[in-house]
This record gives sequence, structure tokens and C-alpha cells, in this order.
Amino acid sequence: MIGRQPDENPAGIHLPLDPLPGHTSRGRLERVLRRGEFAVTTELNPPDSADPEDVYNRAKIFDGWVDAINAVDASGANCHMSSVGICALLTRMGYAPIMQIACRDRNRIAIQGDVLGGAAMGVANMLCLTGDGVQAGDQPGAKPVFDLDCMSLLETCRIMRDNGKFLSGRKLTTPPQLFLGAAINPFAPPIDFRPYRLGKKIAAGAQFVQSQYCFDVPMFRTYMQQVRDLGFTEKCFILCGVGPLASAKTAKWIRSNVPGIHIPDSIVKRLEGAQDQKEEGKQLCIDIINEVKEIPGVSGVHVMAYRQEEYVAEIVDESGVLKGRQPWKREIRRDDQLVADRLDHILHDEITETQVDMVKTAH
Amino acid sequence: MSETTPAITQATLVKKAAPKSDYKPADVSPQRRVQRSFAVRLWSVRHSRLLEWFYARFSDTFLLLHPLWKRIGYGRVEGPIKFVEKRVKGFMFDCRMCGQCILSSTGMSCPMNCPKQLRNGPCGGVRANGNCEVEPDMPCVWVKAWEGSRNMVHGDKILDVQKPVDQSLRETSAWLRVTAQAAAARETARNAPNPGAPA
Repeated sequence: MIGRQPDENPAGIHLPLDPLPGHTSRGRLERVLRRGEFAVTTELNPPDSADPEDVYNRAKIFDGWVDAINAVDASGANCHMSSVGICALLTRMGYAPIMQIACRDRNRIAIQGDVLGGAAMGVANMLCLTGDGVQAGDQPGAKPVFDLDCMSLLETCRIMRDNGKFLSGRKLTTPPQLFLGAAINPFAPPIDFRPYRLGKKIAAGAQFVQSQYCFDVPMFRTYMQQVRDLGFTEKCFILCGVGPLASAKTAKWIRSNVPGIHIPDSIVKRLEGAQDQKEEGKQLCIDIINEVKEIPGVSGVHVMAYRQEEYVAEIVDESGVLKGRQPWKREIRRDDQLVADRLDHILHDEITETQVDMVKTAH
Repeated sequence: MSETTPAITQATLVKKAAPKSDYKPADVSPQRRVQRSFAVRLWSVRHSRLLEWFYARFSDTFLLLHPLWKRIGYGRVEGPIKFVEKRVKGFMFDCRMCGQCILSSTGMSCPMNCPKQLRNGPCGGVRANGNCEVEPDMPCVWVKAWEGSRNMVHGDKILDVQKPVDQSLRETSAWLRVTAQAAAARETARNAPNPGAPA
């Protein structure tokens, strides 16, 4: 059966796609980006629960709107369901997760193990991060590990994939097939070092990068100009991070409490002046998307709508970045439907068969 | 959905819930508690070019003394050299004795002073005033490193991707390691047949 869905393994949605020449992973995100389509990724707010339904429900609202979902690794150093766990659930359902790996909590032994485990579950994309300091989270007394940093983590993953070896040089029987990502923040000092730092990340193995929240488009444009001049846009896909602000109050709070997010005064003023601040925040996000998508070298957007996930679909729809394309969506397959129809009566008919009854009807 | 963003962070709540006592240690990370005031460290970054020049002479001298170190035995000189190295670099750079010094690639700003011990550049959390995310009153080690590297002749070494720290080399002498490695490299270069230019 040929699936109508783009980029789906006909043998099962949870299975990896056929390898393509020039591709390092067997995932959907790499295909979309290498085809030259404008990619949309988002972030799943990790649940504080042990119920898989929580993950499925939170992923469901992105259906048909995004190309990949980031499974965050205790973002902001707050404890949540692990990124490996979320990825295990998402891959089962056919989603394309981006497994985030933060260096804060695990050393190189644990991380390399997780890379293999994740790849074995069908995770095709991994995002290598340093991670926030433990002081920012709900357990400031935790031991900060930071055995690797994002750069050496990228290199570790690249060595595992390309050389088929652990960092120690020990051989892997089957190397993981990965599309490696990293994060960039063009909005924090030292500003003139930031483009070179992207170059370092590319040298270490980054194939795509997602940026921090972009609220200052002129600043991002300057950064992209420098990056283009250095020729990095040919070696790496750059996804710009965007997101809606709930209100001017939230914007101010984020500005003073969350490190690394730069919100110019003009944005706060625009929110303050609006009748419906929430609506204005959404509109602002759409306006920023429309501006950044025109910047040469930007291959997609990463929509981070923390606790406003229901807006992601609207934002993607109203900004029109998909240009009529529909990303992969979980659908009931034709044979599943057939089985469901045949066996539907089991659910609804009140049949209580006892063995005695069965013997009677058999004769 | 009403207002969801809390006005105070979870970390503040945790701190507030902690039992009260008369002894309140300074509210800085343990990393900072062992660190001296960073005046000398910042001086070193400002004079990175001078220190680069000086270190080049210094390492040449050490390499010249390689036969001496070998005669005495590297194992035997390690103790006294480490003693001096720890104090000198500790005073100048707040050295953490990681044993694999990369000061000349980081603008003479010791990356082990970064609360995340990043060796490949700044994280995304650097504050707008150039201070650290974890330590609000400490200048970011990597902002300083970038400034320092711009003064240096071989400052572009900051663009090299550094390997992860080998924790088993902590509290060993980087000076002796570099000297022994340079001597070994010189030896192999001398022994290797060189068809281009006869020595």
C-alpha cells in the first residue's frame, strides 16, 4: 500500500524511512530540510506524570502542523519526564522527535548510552545542548555534571555515527544514524563571536541549528548576514526560534528572569498598547515569522509556545509558512480501519460467552 | 487559560522553604566560594598578548631543559614543578589544575572558571551586560576570553574545537606534559625521512 502521507514507511509508521544518498539519518526532518522545504518544528511541554496518554495528548495538537517535535531534557533545570522516555513514546506513534541531550545531568558514559538507545528506538534527530545551570531550576542543590559541553557532545555523536566508535575508540556493531542539531543564541554577548561559534559547532558536527527566541529581527538579520558571508548557510540548516508572548507582564518577567532571552523595549510597548495582549502576542509572533522567513539562509522556524501549545497550529496556519504543504500526520491506515470495522461488534455487542455456552453452540 | 507564568521562580520558592538558621552562607555557587576575587584574572586577560609572548619563551626554555627533566626523571620533578605551577597559575588565572591547559587558545581566560566549565565558547545564557548566567556579578569567562584572544597573535586558536576534559589528568602538571609531548614530536620529526629539504 502506498501511503498518501509524505515520508512514511509503508511497513509501519514507527519504522525508519529508507536511507537516501547524502542523508545521514532515516528521519523525516532531514528529508524535509534537504528537499528545500521550509521546516516547522516545535517543543513538547514535558508532563510531570507517568501516564503515556499525557505525552500523546500533548503531541496530538501538533498533528499535521509540524515536521518534528523537540523532546526537552529537563529544560531550565526543572525536573520532568525524561527526553528519552518522551522519545520512546513518540517514536512508537510515528512522530519525528528531536531528542534533546543536555550536558548538565549526565556524564559521557550515560550520554553515549542514551544516544545508542535513542537511535535504536528510531530517534533520527538529536539536539546537543549544554543545558541551563542547576541554580535556575526547582532543585538548585543538584550536582551540576557538565562533563562534556555542547561542542564535545556534538563531536562525540558525530564520531559515533561516522566512525562507528565510542569516544574511547571502542567499536560499535551498528552505528546510530543521526541528524545532529545544536542551539544558537545570536542575541547574547559576545555578539561578534557568535557567528564564529556557529562555525565551531558546524566543525564539530552540527547539521541543523535552532535559535533562541528571536524578538529582535534586525539583530537576527545582521547575524544571518555575517553567517552567510562566512558561508555557513550552505553547511547547516538554520531554524529561527519564535514564540508568542502571553502579555507585557510575561515579557518583562522573562526579560529579567530567564537568561539569554533578549526582548527589545519596542516589543513590550507594543504588547502594553494592545487591547487583547494575548492576541497581540500571537500576532507579533506571526509578524516575526513573516519577517524571518524572507531572510536568506533561514530554512525553517522553531515555534516554542510554552503553555500556549494550542496556538502553534494557528500561528503556523496564519503565517502561511507551509505554503499549502501538510507535514506528516498520524492517521488511521486503511488496513487498521478494515480490522476495526470487522471487529467493531466486539466493543458494542453484549456477548458474555461462558465455556458451557460455547460447548452448547458447537453441537 | 488564565495567567500562567509565575511571578517568582521555582528556585526562589525552594530557597524560601529552606529551614531558617543564623548562618547564611553567601548566595553564590560553590564554584565561586573557592575562587578568589577575579581582579588578577582580568588583568591577565587584558595583558593576554604580553603573556602569550612570555609563555612562548617560557615553553621554549622548558623544552631546552627537556634533557635535564629526563635525567632527573619526569616523575621525580613532577612534585615541585606542580607546586610552583599551581601557585603561579592559581594567582594569575585562578587555575583549577585540570592538567590540560588551553589558556593560549582561550585568550588567557581560564575556561574552568566557567560554572559550566565550558571549553568551547559561551553558553546562550550570557547576560546583556556580559555577566555570567549563574553568577550575576561575575563577568562571563568567555566574553573575557574573546576580548583577550583579539589581542593575541595566535588568537584564532579560540576557533579550534576542544576535546572533552580528561578528568584522570586533574592535579597534574600541564607544563611538563606539554614539554614532554613537544620533545616527542621534535624527536619523531627528526627521525622521519624528509625528502623535501635535507637537514
